Amino acid sequence: MYPRPIPEDAKIQRALYVGGVTLVVALWLLPLFAVMLTSIRSNEELMAGNYWGWPQKFSLVENYTAVFEQTAMLRFFLNSLLITIPSVIGVLILSTLTGFVLSRYPFRGSNLIFALFVGGNFLPAQVMMIPVRDLMVRLGLYDTVYALIVFHIAFQTGFATLFMRNFIAALPGELFQAARAEGASPAQVLRHVVVPLVRPALAALAILTFTFIWNDYFWAIVLTQSDAVKPVTAGLNNLRGEWTSAWNIVSAATIFVALPPVAMFFLMQKHFISGLTMGAVKG
Amino acid sequence: MPRFWRKNRHWLTPALFLLPGLILFSLVILAASVETVWISPHDWDGIGAKTWVGLANYVELADDPQFYVSLKNNVIWLLIFMLAPPVGLALALIVNQQISGMRILKSLFFVPLVLATVTVGVIFGWVYDPTYGLLQLIFGLFGGTAPALLSDENFATFAVVAAALWPQIAFCMVLFLAGLNNLNEDLIGAGRVDGARGWRMLRHVVLPQLSQVGFIAIAVTVFGALRSFDMVAVMTTGGPYGSSTVLAYQMYEESIFSYRFGYGAAIATVLFAIMVSFIAWYLRGLIKAERSND
Repeated sequence: MYPRPIPEDAKIQRALYVGGVTLVVALWLLPLFAVMLTSIRSNEELMAGNYWGWPQKFSLVENYTAVFEQTAMLRFFLNSLLITIPSVIGVLILSTLTGFVLSRYPFRGSNLIFALFVGGNFLPAQVMMIPVRDLMVRLGLYDTVYALIVFHIAFQTGFATLFMRNFIAALPGELFQAARAEGASPAQVLRHVVVPLVRPALAALAILTFTFIWNDYFWAIVLTQSDAVKPVTAGLNNLRGEWTSAWNIVSAATIFVALPPVAMFFLMQKHFISGLTMGAVKG
Repeated sequence: MPRFWRKNRHWLTPALFLLPGLILFSLVILAASVETVWISPHDWDGIGAKTWVGLANYVELADDPQFYVSLKNNVIWLLIFMLAPPVGLALALIVNQQISGMRILKSLFFVPLVLATVTVGVIFGWVYDPTYGLLQLIFGLFGGTAPALLSDENFATFAVVAAALWPQIAFCMVLFLAGLNNLNEDLIGAGRVDGARGWRMLRHVVLPQLSQVGFIAIAVTVFGALRSFDMVAVMTTGGPYGSSTVLAYQMYEESIFSYRFGYGAAIATVLFAIMVSFIAWYLRGLIKAERSND
């Protein structure tokens, strides 16, 4: 361990240490706490200029009800789910297939294809913006959730292929040799060897791509226009323009948008971290 | 047909598995990126016919003061973003203790990372608000007045980058924590026996083992800086007077708002060229790391 662990019997040191770290975390998350606090503040208090004091009256229910009833946030939230869930499923399927082939069936050019997947994944969105937008317009998908679904599946497949290829390559080779010795076809190997073993990788990949796609803003504003298809990120930014002085409503909406990825993260933290650091450390 | 299938399925099935993902990715991501280069020597409003104008868009770009502002801001993003790896490492070193309660504290550090950049933008827009923001509250404690950072030409970019650093530091911290948990205990022990402690231990024993993680942390930070768009769009929309634009945002603005898709494509091509050189550097580093692992 580095730094050297604080010994277990140094109770005072340990308490001081945990207290100090708690203080740093509190400072680190101060902006977020401020928004959370504002999201439960009443209009009257904001009018009276009480922006930072402890709220005298909690308006949690009122503010969040206002977000649901007076804004289109609920619609945007549903749109986000309609976009994100099919995209994640599509990415998982395609990348299991590509990762399987690229790790277990080397052929001339397979490394080049792999490098294209990895490299393309790092291109900034703006580089492909004009042709992708044009493509979606010509396919009649512009301003529908399908435009975003198709794009997200395509783009995330780059990263996901890297992820699945590395995971499947690290599986014990004997399994594949044994399956082949028994005359299993590639499809059977996929079904009986790969799919049962990649579940933890799929879980990590699912939560990562869910977060990436849910949080996307750029493609949301490039490929959609109407409120009926817009996801939460684009919706939140519009809301901020319309409700300029109602900070409590904007804050409540902000927390609402942040909730799914934060909840996912806390529920599946181990998978999230292992997914994010995959490739950064051995093993 | 069945005979042909049976004879060739050992390569046909893998090919069929690879194709859907490969075709979709090549068509939507790779071909589109190359097509941008093809659009850049044209004059195009996004709907009608394209008119060939040769290098005119690039000539105009070379004379466009806004382009140099964007370029300069991208450099500022890149330089300030380089704070993220060392700060992330410092935070990782601070929290890397196995004491009950530390797990939840560590996860709280990671929260900014899972927030949407729009969310971060809205949160920091609120922090920077000159009348009610957190910054004003802090300045007020000392009897001062907070500057209106986001509407000041000299500060806007720095304020946006500072906000963007928040999730980026968390990202680097996650990477370094993973790296710290993979240290070679024998080397650390040997270092301790040799009397290495504190800074010297970090410099000579720990950091060399973190080189792979450090490389990835620097790489994701470089890419993050060059891809910056959301924060600019949400916090300043490039303003005031275009002083906080970056290449990505200027490209978006020229295309979507001014319908100058050819000009936008030229900016995107410049961004593409910058990015490809970084990607080549990154892939080379990855291949080197993979070889040294074998």
